[in-house]
Amino acid sequence: MIAPWLLRLLYLVAAVLFILGLRRLQSPETARGGNRLSSVGMLLAIVLTLLDRSIVGYGTIAAGLVVGGAIGLTMAVRVKMTSMPQMVALLNGAGGGSSLLVASAEFLHSEERGALMTVDAGVSTMLGVLIGAVTVTGSVVAFAKLQELVSGRAVVFAFQKTLNALLFLTVLGLGAWLVLDVTAPVGAFYTVIAIALLLGVLLTIPIGGADMPVVIAVLNSYSGIAAAMTGFVIGSEVLIVSGALVGSSGIILSQIMCKAMNRSLANVLFGGFGATVTASGKSAAGLTVNTTNIEEAALQLAYAQQVIVVPGYGLAVAQAQHQVRELMELIEKRGGTVKFAIHPVAGRMPGHMNVLLAEANIPYDKLLDMDEINASFGQTDVALVIGANDVVNPAARNDPSSPIFGMPILNADEAKRIIVMKRGMSAGFAGIENELFYNPKTQMLFGNAKDTLVKLVSEVKQV
Amino acid sequence: MSELLIGGIVVFILSTFLGASLIGRVPPTLHTPLMSGSNAVSGITVVGAMLVAGAGFGWLSDVLGFLAIVFAMMNVAGGYMVTDRMLQMFKKAPTEGGK
Repeated sequence: MIAPWLLRLLYLVAAVLFILGLRRLQSPETARGGNRLSSVGMLLAIVLTLLDRSIVGYGTIAAGLVVGGAIGLTMAVRVKMTSMPQMVALLNGAGGGSSLLVASAEFLHSEERGALMTVDAGVSTMLGVLIGAVTVTGSVVAFAKLQELVSGRAVVFAFQKTLNALLFLTVLGLGAWLVLDVTAPVGAFYTVIAIALLLGVLLTIPIGGADMPVVIAVLNSYSGIAAAMTGFVIGSEVLIVSGALVGSSGIILSQIMCKAMNRSLANVLFGGFGATVTASGKSAAGLTVNTTNIEEAALQLAYAQQVIVVPGYGLAVAQAQHQVRELMELIEKRGGTVKFAIHPVAGRMPGHMNVLLAEANIPYDKLLDMDEINASFGQTDVALVIGANDVVNPAARNDPSSPIFGMPILNADEAKRIIVMKRGMSAGFAGIENELFYNPKTQMLFGNAKDTLVKLVSEVKQV
Repeated sequence: MSELLIGGIVVFILSTFLGASLIGRVPPTLHTPLMSGSNAVSGITVVGAMLVAGAGFGWLSDVLGFLAIVFAMMNVAGGYMVTDRMLQMFKKAPTEGGK
């Protein structure tokens, strides 16, 4: 056995390893090592806990470690990169669930002994239960929306916010009662859990499918805060540190996403955006669209000095990332350069598109984010827009009546020529007409992204 | 408020600011691995879960503790593993110069 003071110091080592691991995520070159460093910290924390003198039996612990580890590894090995948002959603939920269970067990144990928790511990416990439970059901709803088990449409109904506020106040009231009064029935505690679980659902259903990236980031943050609250309950600094790190990470990522959509976090979480299809500012009536064919597009790409590809989620849906890489290699062989312009909301979660392109062996130094690449469109011969829509809509810059006005976009319209690959003329996620498609410099190449790219690749080879 | 709680709050606030400054420097290209990696770190609740499951408080605590360990370990094993899987895919372009 190990002295409690030494144990605490060694837990600190684990926390430092998490911090160092996070710091190495600053560059793709050091990131993998950082992740390993962090996992060593976790292993250390688990081993130290096994040495804790308050532990009397190891059977349950061993079983839990094996079962949970096996489930986690299976998920990690099997998950497709396109499904990463779902996996992160599930893990957020599991993290919240773990905190909920630990806090509940601590509370019920003190209840069994007939002893009142200290106010400090009681408040932390209630917060752990509340945030943990909201994270669990919120994550399940987010998962269901991402997996398209339920409609991605925002669900709004009358007095929704009033109901949520009332439920929230009820939870606070019951929580305070449980903390302050030892005679409060245990049923009140179960009611708190039930209402908190319900709140998780009610808070997530009014958020549209297009906003799920923000929701996952927020839930990521909640799972961290719940872990920190658990840290307060059991008096463990390593939990508080790690929980706070995760908590701030989720909040920062959700802010980045919101900025990229020109919306406030409050608008995303409570605005009911995406409940109905909003009418666009300008109608497309009377405008004409130029179409092109494979041969013509292949010629333009083959002779281009600089090409910027703007990938949207449509590219990933069509599973055409490898065809894009082939096209990139062909153009580069002929002496052109190819770069990729990644909008922060290009994928289904922050950085998702980068992972999908990296999986197709596209080097990460060719993937540039909006601020890095926007100035380059002016010197670009061809901007190739594949399955992206709203993120290249110039209406965001110049049409104050457009719902997306003010959203930062990729300036694809500044390129000398724009080729837009698209299935048809349907409007984007937000249901908004795209002015770019009617630009005289733009040529539309209709069809399934994968088929079109396959033909384009074989055509460029023959030029 | 107890000394212990004050100490905890101090640690929490400072860690939040530390986290914010670290995360701000992570390039957008690594934001997905960052999220799955933070899932793994939030699996640290496994510590609390193990203390509950191993304390011999009774069957209810054992069951809750067991489930809490399972959930936390899903984060730990799944989070680190899938993050590693993603990060190994990030490769730099072969040094330009030849063609």
